[in-house]
Amino acid sequence: MVRINGEDVACSGKSVAEYLHSAGYDAGRVAVELNGNIVPKALYGDTIFKDGDSAEVVSFVGGG
Amino acid sequence: MIPTKEAWIKALNERHGTKMQEKISSATVCICGLGGLGSGIAIALARMGIGKLILIDFDKVDITNLHRQQYKANQIGMHKTEALKENLKEINPYLKMEIHTIRLDENNAKDILSGADIICEAFDNAEVKAELVNFVLSEMPEKYIVCASGMAGINSANLVKTRKISKRFYLCGDEMSDVEDGIGLISSRVMLCAAHQAHMVLRIILNEFEV
Repeated sequence: MVRINGEDVACSGKSVAEYLHSAGYDAGRVAVELNGNIVPKALYGDTIFKDGDSAEVVSFVGGG
Repeated sequence: MIPTKEAWIKALNERHGTKMQEKISSATVCICGLGGLGSGIAIALARMGIGKLILIDFDKVDITNLHRQQYKANQIGMHKTEALKENLKEINPYLKMEIHTIRLDENNAKDILSGADIICEAFDNAEVKAELVNFVLSEMPEKYIVCASGMAGINSANLVKTRKISKRFYLCGDEMSDVEDGIGLISSRVMLCAAHQAHMVLRIILNEFEV
């Protein structure tokens, strides 16, 4: 299990890119922190979630 | 009559305490985007006697900005950087400011942002917000960034909050009210979110890192 935004998600073995796509996120609007460190956008395809990981996906909405 | 610098500093020290004011007065904060959020954050920090503001925006003041942004009718057509500088100078005549009338991108960001201790993301477009946050956290990991997401519409004021995402990344807003849903941006709720950002900036300056 991977802890994402405070919930356990069965996505070990999936890449960040695969998870974002399957969860319906627009990758152009997010920032992803994995175990407290930012995942650079260029590495979304190569960064694989493992059991016990903790991630935060911040999805921005417009307005300012 | 404009007070002397000595009188100005004395008044701030009386209100905030000398120890706290020294920290505020030695901080440099960069504000990226000078719309409703950025202009509001700047005014709050200018009143506190912040050391220096770095202000960035490429846009000009438009009549459709005046319902929520901290500009005046006679400033329509001016660059927001110039107009805000003028307004901040009237509020705090001793504020140090550096303005950049440009579109921030990955080629110029590092040079401009490197002088700041704390960066405020105050853009309006969701993709541009995400780009800046990703850039700062990846390329300038020593900086603090205080962002905003979700302040459109007339939902409850109490939904707007500050959240600490990671060690140097803070997020203010309700994280869901999207201006693209056609709900508009209302001055009171945008000011609220700007106040959350300005207050988190203050807390970081004072080494209070929890929200």
